[in-house]
Amino acid sequence: MSGIPLVYYLGLAVILFSLGAAGVLIRKNALVVFMSLELMFNSANLLFITFSNYYKALDGQILVIFVLATAAAEVAVGLALMVAIFRSKGSIDLDQMNKLKG
Amino acid sequence: MTAELILFLIVALTAIGAAVAMLMSRNTVYSALFLILNFLAVAVFYLILGAPFIALAQITVYAGAIMILFLFVIMMLGAERLKELDPVKWQRPAAIAITLALAAEGTYIVFSKLNPSYVVESFSGNLADPVSIGTLLFDKYALPFEVTSLILLAAVIGAVVLSKAEKKESEQ
Repeated sequence: MSGIPLVYYLGLAVILFSLGAAGVLIRKNALVVFMSLELMFNSANLLFITFSNYYKALDGQILVIFVLATAAAEVAVGLALMVAIFRSKGSIDLDQMNKLKG
Repeated sequence: MTAELILFLIVALTAIGAAVAMLMSRNTVYSALFLILNFLAVAVFYLILGAPFIALAQITVYAGAIMILFLFVIMMLGAERLKELDPVKWQRPAAIAITLALAAEGTYIVFSKLNPSYVVESFSGNLADPVSIGTLLFDKYALPFEVTSLILLAAVIGAVVLSKAEKKESEQ
């Protein structure tokens, strides 16, 4: 096994992160924006694992476990917020969340 | 092309294709399912990179628990066919331009600053058996571990409070 160049993995992570950023900027359905955030988390995790393998150090994998736990907490609160917003406004379109606009 | 590179390309194309399909699909349920496909592809990368424990945690926690929670909320709200209002005229082109700039910048930095002869070994033995992960987690990273448990506790309380307060208001 000869291995795969490090830059391929980094390039893949850059592409996935950019796609996640595109989703946050383009889509207006709050749930899809949330999923795009998960995509960006995921590309960061891929980097952690890649460098964990490259440096033969386990610490990167431990960090991924922490990211997983934090992402789970974030999703729980975020989805509860979204349900609350949907109950009060009847929509989760981001453009309609403009109550504070003067 | 070695078999390794072909495997990498297939899984990478699956991951990127699933991400693009997630962005494009009008139906939110399809978006969630494509995101699960993307998570599975990335889990295969974790396996290739010698992190079987993280790969299975990814499948159970992300593709399992978190995405099922997403699907549950989508179906509870009936948001799978949300009408998207007319976007602000310049929003889409501006977003695509910014994203392309981000991708170009990242790719430029990666490919110009790093020596392409650096190689990541695939299937490099048992770098991460659960025993060594557990030892490291409860020894060197014991304090962050406890902090994470506090974060999870706060999230649970927050989720309960958020959905409960709304209920009280609607009763009044």
